[in-house]
Amino acid sequence: MTQAADIVIAGAGQAGAACAIDLRKNGFEGSILIIGAEPELPYERPPLSKEYLAGDKSFDRLLIRPETFWAERHVEFLLSHKVTAIDPDAHRVTTDSGDEIGYGSLVWATGGSPRRLTCDGHHLAGVHSVRNRADVDRMIAELPDVARVVVIGGGYIGLEAAAVLRKFEKQVVLLEAQDRVLARVAGEPLSHFFEKEHRAHGVDLRLNVAVECILGEDTVRSVRLGGDEELDADMVIVGIGIQPDVAPLIAAGANGGNGVEVDAQCRTSLPDIYAIGDCALHANAFADGLKLRVESVQNANDQASVAAKTIAGEAAEYHAVPWFWSNQYDLRLQTVGLSVGYDQTVVRGDPDSSSFSVVYLRDGQVIALDCVNRTKDYVQGRKLVTEGAKIAPETLADADTPLKEMLS
Amino acid sequence: MPKLNVVTREGKETQVEGAAGLSVMEVIRDNGFDELLALCGGCCSCATCHVHVDPEFIDKLPKMSEDEDDLLDSSEHRTENSRLSCQIPFGPDLDGLRVQIAPED
Repeated sequence: MTQAADIVIAGAGQAGAACAIDLRKNGFEGSILIIGAEPELPYERPPLSKEYLAGDKSFDRLLIRPETFWAERHVEFLLSHKVTAIDPDAHRVTTDSGDEIGYGSLVWATGGSPRRLTCDGHHLAGVHSVRNRADVDRMIAELPDVARVVVIGGGYIGLEAAAVLRKFEKQVVLLEAQDRVLARVAGEPLSHFFEKEHRAHGVDLRLNVAVECILGEDTVRSVRLGGDEELDADMVIVGIGIQPDVAPLIAAGANGGNGVEVDAQCRTSLPDIYAIGDCALHANAFADGLKLRVESVQNANDQASVAAKTIAGEAAEYHAVPWFWSNQYDLRLQTVGLSVGYDQTVVRGDPDSSSFSVVYLRDGQVIALDCVNRTKDYVQGRKLVTEGAKIAPETLADADTPLKEMLS
Repeated sequence: MPKLNVVTREGKETQVEGAAGLSVMEVIRDNGFDELLALCGGCCSCATCHVHVDPEFIDKLPKMSEDEDDLLDSSEHRTENSRLSCQIPFGPDLDGLRVQIAPED
């Protein structure tokens, strides 16, 4: 067991893996140790609620790099372990098995843990989160005996899981506490489109619903809603967001709360400690400098690149254009920019044709686009977002005019 | 197993073997080329697996979808031989295929 490494990376997800890859790409020759909570080498999480759950892709194909790649580049792993404490003065972490590991620089890339329900019955067998391979393997093992599924949460994870389960012809009820799905991340036109699509595919989608508790002996039997309605369920999927795993950093004195605060070089307030990915609270240039966390592959990868460059002594600053995707049924959603703080939406194309875009504006400037089966808009809209283009809503709404022709 | 010739951005050419059933992107990634990001994992949602295909092979490839065509338009390094490597299933019929990883955008 390595007792010290030049770079210790806590977290073996997209961000941690990308940081190690980039360090080597930049010619960094020191020792690199990645400490990962799961038994697996770094893998892609987005397919978990899509192709992996659907059985369309084996786990091997999710690996970010094969085992030989890491060996050839001398990247070491300590898997099935977590960092539980950090001594920033001594430059040393402690793992959950009590091992102490020294570091030159520490990169915190732990992501987050699924937010759990707190109501009675949340711990019953058959209640699942969708965050890691083990979660989805458990679901896959149970599915043959499952007829009725209740999905709690109308975010991307819940909607993607619902789409796969309908493909398997399960009965699916999807419960959302707010008055529309995707309320936290998208505008009303997109929410209403996805609500309609899921209903058309047979999902019993219910809004403004509060879950009272989950009932069952050892295994889930039903979900009780406010108003005492009870929904029979053989499986419950909880997709209500994540909580960033930053407790050891905060305990060590790093600034933060909802994530750990980082500057434009991904440095935390503690010396030689960086944070990247889902857990990094940063002022995002595409959100008017608002401090937020961005949960996406793009953010994980681009912050990893900035941290790796900074560690290698190169000048780097995080201002990458945010992008994101979600696949449900035959719908391909592609997002560019961040819609937070929008004050106006413009719809391009007809949602009933299943090919349209929602353009988000703030103070008249284009800040983001959600494009459904409309890759052209996604590609051309990127420039509108990076330039903060001011284009009249009626012009944007003209679906026959390509977005690139709207830039002066 | 069929052979794939991969040329890095610097011009270094390496021959690797690729199992049937994988995409050209997966064959490149699994053989340790770190220049190819392939961030969306091969679902044709980004353009980070962009390659330039040896013109000799371009006609042997499956037709480009509209989505792939549109995504390639996002690259400043698009040529008439550009493809997204995740959209090319590899197999015996492409034995000897030669692709160069396109410059980073």
